[in-house]
Amino acid sequence: MTGIATASPAAAIPQTSGEQIASTGDPAYIRIINFDFFYGASQALFDISMDIPERQVTAFIGPSGCGKSTLLRSINRMNDLIDGAHHRGDIQVGGKSIYDPLLEVTSLRKRIGMVFQKSNPFPKSIFENVVYGLRVAGVSDRRTLEAACEEALRGAALWDEVKDRLDQSALGLSGGQQQRLCIARAIAIRPEVILMDEPCSALDPIATGRIEELILELKKTYTVVIVTHNMQQAARVSDRTAFFYLGRLIEYDKTLTIFTNPSVKQTEDYITGRFG
Amino acid sequence: MTLPMPALRSDGRPRGEPLVWLTAMGLSVGLAMIVALLAVIVVQGVSVFWPKRVHAIKLHDGTTLLGEILKTRERRDGQGEELQVFVGNRDSWGNAFRWIDRRAIADLEQPSGVIEVERVEYGDAIGYPVRLLLADGSALDADDPAFRPRIAELVREVVERRAEIFHLERRVIGRNSRAINEQEVLLRRAKRTGDAALAERARAEQQRLKEEYERLAEEATRLRALQNANRLVIRLIDGRERRISLGTVVAVTWPNDMSFSERLGYFFGNLWTFLSDNPREANTEGGIFPAIFGTFVMTLLMSIAVTPFGVLAAIYLREYAKQGPFVRAVRISINNLAGVPSIVFGVFGLGFFVYIVGGTIDELFFTDRLPEPTYGTGGILWASLTLALMTVPVVIVATEESIAAVPRGMREGSLALGASKWQTIQRIVMPAAVPGILTGLILAMARGAGEVAPLMLVGVVKLAPSLPIDGNWNATDIIPFLHLEQKFMHLGFHIYDLGFQSPDSDAAVPMVFATTLLLITLVVVLNLAAILMRERLRRKYQTGAF
Repeated sequence: MTGIATASPAAAIPQTSGEQIASTGDPAYIRIINFDFFYGASQALFDISMDIPERQVTAFIGPSGCGKSTLLRSINRMNDLIDGAHHRGDIQVGGKSIYDPLLEVTSLRKRIGMVFQKSNPFPKSIFENVVYGLRVAGVSDRRTLEAACEEALRGAALWDEVKDRLDQSALGLSGGQQQRLCIARAIAIRPEVILMDEPCSALDPIATGRIEELILELKKTYTVVIVTHNMQQAARVSDRTAFFYLGRLIEYDKTLTIFTNPSVKQTEDYITGRFG
Repeated sequence: MTLPMPALRSDGRPRGEPLVWLTAMGLSVGLAMIVALLAVIVVQGVSVFWPKRVHAIKLHDGTTLLGEILKTRERRDGQGEELQVFVGNRDSWGNAFRWIDRRAIADLEQPSGVIEVERVEYGDAIGYPVRLLLADGSALDADDPAFRPRIAELVREVVERRAEIFHLERRVIGRNSRAINEQEVLLRRAKRTGDAALAERARAEQQRLKEEYERLAEEATRLRALQNANRLVIRLIDGRERRISLGTVVAVTWPNDMSFSERLGYFFGNLWTFLSDNPREANTEGGIFPAIFGTFVMTLLMSIAVTPFGVLAAIYLREYAKQGPFVRAVRISINNLAGVPSIVFGVFGLGFFVYIVGGTIDELFFTDRLPEPTYGTGGILWASLTLALMTVPVVIVATEESIAAVPRGMREGSLALGASKWQTIQRIVMPAAVPGILTGLILAMARGAGEVAPLMLVGVVKLAPSLPIDGNWNATDIIPFLHLEQKFMHLGFHIYDLGFQSPDSDAAVPMVFATTLLLITLVVVLNLAAILMRERLRRKYQTGAF
């Protein structure tokens, strides 16, 4: 573990050019600076600059294809996997550029967990799923793994449901349980940030409710960034909301402000359902 | 307003489906051909082992034949039918098979008391038993009630002693003569290096081994003499009497005096002999065990060679290589490689593996044995590698496809947890791809096991002196007890050899069917194993719930 989470590295970041960067006043933990992103020749993101504060929930909203998922996946460099993808600008996490050539992408991803739209448990036991991140990091002591597994499952509010069948296949869990397992898997390696890419889009309302409760719990420890299509969800769980449209950041503010008093007409049209 | 009912065609069939019957016909014709082929092979292959009745066939011209009726066919001039009869006694008649016009037959019966003697040479003898001439000079007449139990006991003794002689001559004396050869090699090395002490030691050891050989050879001669102590006299159908030394007898049956259960017993006995015994008489008699074993070992070695090679190549191609025109060209080339005629691989194997690689190995490590080649000649290792090369495209394609089928979400899940690409391949992609890889491997095995043409160039033989794996640790073994340089027998080649290279093709027909049935069974079993294994793994590694 890097140990950055214990200090408050955000405070160390010099606040530069307040005008240029969309900020909501709190010290930034993730700082996105003039970020452009391209899939081959087509540009998906245009000059995004924003600060994401520590231990709060930030929601990305916008119509399909607006680039919100692309931006989210840029924060842990998942987009590196795509052939022909490239970027301009920079993203800093905890004050350090994620594109630093000396930084190993695996260690970056250990600091920045991710939960996907489709739950993607591995075809292994529940236990092995949760401790996967620890195993690939080289932890093999059984007692350490067991302790981490219990802690992560408790953190994801799944412990009571699965504690008696840790050695059974994770594929036997329900959809909502699988998604919480993926969250447990992400927090087992104690990241600093958790990125969530529409985590509830495939779940029923009850399972969605539990995940949302969990998100509110998680933000006490982690910085959470969530992409959602569900406006009510953004309103319920997030502290900040960013609205994207056609690859541009249109508006970024406190959630209450966005939903009650947006300053841009497009934002208002979107959240009131006039388009998108 | 209601719509008018759509008009039906007058023949009542739906419109736009005129070719359904054609597609159904295509399938039926294909199925019918496959079923017919399998039925012929199964019926012929299984009936080989069923003990047949012997008929006494009286002809209008006054002669009588004694033999098994094998099949009937239309006469070539269209005038009625003719029967193929196995009359045995090749040493007496010259030909063990006879065609007889059905119209020439006056009478047909199954006389009791006929004896059929299976011999080491000249096939079966069929006749009426007369007496046993025993070693002590006494005789036992055939109508004596003690005759049948006595002959059964004597045959059992003879068969056991023959196994003993075989063991002594092939295994013990074989090991001894190999050891003498080894000392010869040491002598040559001593001469080359001028090591007098080594030469002295080798000569002394060789002397000791030669003395041992004398002793063993004497023992073998003594046993052989015992084999020929007793003789059986039978009367052939033309009245001549024949003496058969019991030392040449493999089995004695009373084909017309057997109950159904006894025949069933003989059926399984014959089957077991076929599967477990060594071939005799230019492979037309006896068993095919060395060919089964050779095929098995070769297929195993091939799998060991082809799997890592194919899987690693597929991983690189799918996971690491930058996808582009070059990789596409490579992929197309690999697919085309699967279509190259197998004999071309055989020629390549001969040129590259046998002459270049094997020749170099001989020069470097087996200098003292030259000019006699050790690895520089066809052998089971080179045959396996040649087939591995031939089947590697199958494994690569199957592996690539199964790797590509692993859901993207699972890879991303692993990478997002800080796993490196290699860790992801190792822990997530490969386990999920195993069922597909196995399928490819089994397809490769099935193809390799049935391949003949390339093997003829790189190490298959009609009759191998010994098995590729046995209890001997030879000086040329790289892996103890596994004789990679040795020539071997193979089921596919065995079929070719029996059917088309055999001096007595009539005698070989049953063995061809039986061997074909066995090879088909082997391939079916391999495929079934693959399907079962894949289903089980698929259930274990089924992907997410969505």
